[in-house]
Amino acid sequence: MATFEPVIMKGIGESDLADIDVYERGGGFSVLRKVMSDMTPDAVAAVVTESNLRGRGGAGFPTGRKWSFLPKDGRPRYLVCNCDEAEPGTFKDRMLLEKTPLQLIEGLVISAYAMGAKQAYIYIRGEFLEGSRIFRRALAAAQSRNYLGDRILGSDFSLDLVVHRGAGAYICGEETAQLESIEGRRGEPRLKPPFPAVAGLYGMPTVVNNVETLCYVKHIIERGAQWFAKIGPEKSPGPKIMSVSGHVRQPGNYEIPLGIPARELIDEYAGGLLPGRKLKAFQPGGASSAALFEEDLDVGIDFDSLAAKRTMLGSGGFVVMDDTACMVNCARTLTRFFEHESCGQCTPCREGGQWVARMVARLEAGEGSQEDLRVLNVINNTITGTNLCPLGDSIMPFLSSVLKRFPDEFAAHVAHGACPIKDVTAVVA
Amino acid sequence: MTPERLARGHELVARYPRPQSALVPFLQYCQEQDGYVTLQAMRDAAELVGITPGEVESIASFYTLLFKAPAGKHIVQVCRTLSCMLRGAEDLQAYIKRRLGIGHLETSADGQYYYEEVECLAACDRAPCLQHNLEYHYDVTPASFDKLLDSWQASAPAPAMPAE
Repeated sequence: MATFEPVIMKGIGESDLADIDVYERGGGFSVLRKVMSDMTPDAVAAVVTESNLRGRGGAGFPTGRKWSFLPKDGRPRYLVCNCDEAEPGTFKDRMLLEKTPLQLIEGLVISAYAMGAKQAYIYIRGEFLEGSRIFRRALAAAQSRNYLGDRILGSDFSLDLVVHRGAGAYICGEETAQLESIEGRRGEPRLKPPFPAVAGLYGMPTVVNNVETLCYVKHIIERGAQWFAKIGPEKSPGPKIMSVSGHVRQPGNYEIPLGIPARELIDEYAGGLLPGRKLKAFQPGGASSAALFEEDLDVGIDFDSLAAKRTMLGSGGFVVMDDTACMVNCARTLTRFFEHESCGQCTPCREGGQWVARMVARLEAGEGSQEDLRVLNVINNTITGTNLCPLGDSIMPFLSSVLKRFPDEFAAHVAHGACPIKDVTAVVA
Repeated sequence: MTPERLARGHELVARYPRPQSALVPFLQYCQEQDGYVTLQAMRDAAELVGITPGEVESIASFYTLLFKAPAGKHIVQVCRTLSCMLRGAEDLQAYIKRRLGIGHLETSADGQYYYEEVECLAACDRAPCLQHNLEYHYDVTPASFDKLLDSWQASAPAPAMPAE
């Protein structure tokens, strides 16, 4: 059984951490107190930089470095907390929002202090109505005890936090689209540079950090940079929540030390495969990540090991597919997702996404042709790397990886005019 | 614009450095009251934040949780993305559509139910899942859906799309 002691998931499911009295009794806000009385903003930032915390939202950019890009030119600066979790297969930020909102607030206030932001926003996915209500209650409680607001805990530091609800758009999880959305426009990503650190929200220096990232900041300040840096691989350290779903016995969020083998995550944490099933494929980092297979089960779950396998850790959405899953069906589901979520700015994403989704849907329905297969095998070059933001680059990785690994399964859909897998499972069931 | 709506609009505008940031929150507020984003709400929003009604329409059309036509008193949104599909979402979708007598993006003749297949709801560990008026329901089966439907029919409808 897995033995890693949870850090940011500690206490979830045991007590009501959204209650400020419960949270305080467990030591909540003691780190913020320490920071406000004993630490300068630069000292806080230095610890985060030294820990080598990498962003938990998907891109894995070092958090301390992101903060360091803010120009010291006296303009107002903003911290935006990205709680627009919508990467298929990922459900950790929603859990953190609903189950431990005060931990998020504590991490957020410490981070805002470190970067000198007096105004922060949290962008909460529109579908998370319940989470946004829980968060607002937690925020009001934290404000009433002066953990936010004017002159926090008697210091010179003041912070206002505005809750902004999304209204349905996956792309608003991309940081510049999120800034556009907060400014009241269509959530269309901006051309970078300039990066948000230079010209972000309302044109001002801005840092966008993920929910999970901000939660870890609190613990890094409490336990020290070296504690964090020594967990997992040197260049990809720390704990991370993996959201495991699909064909496993115990789907759920699991906080792991980065670097453990994929096999351990499936077998030890998520209870293994369903009885009598065989692994067929898994996605390590959400819908945008290329699939890996049985021969890859020893790969380390961390940013660099997965990148070396031409896939990614992403946001930690780990989806397991066993031998009852039809790869054409899985690819159809995911290509339809990207088709639906394209903002439409870039032609390769808007048009390419539509055509790819149509071709894969045709194949699944048994109406595809050899020509469809040929096009799907070469179209990667014209879609990937030709868009403003990563959404367009996310259309092809899963499809290309399963097309390469299971060419016969795709070909069989053309040859038989139907899904060979479903026929087999129907007989077995 | 009604005085009440204008007052709420001013509250929302005051939250932000620039008025336009209040646009979507204002439309969410109007939708909560009217059931969808009406033409009048878009005109009011344009006046409130100082852009044209056409721009408001363009922005509103971008967001899937802003309904531009009456949808239903009960908005049923069933996940259709990978993790739910691996756990039987397709069969569940077929069952719910039969039960409600409507298809994807359709409203029942009595205006009560609206059905939509939506992208990942971030509840993949409890698949298949759905939202009813943005409230989560997990591990949904045909039998548990029947019970949900009974409870929805018995309860007085709250706003289908609450603003906050």
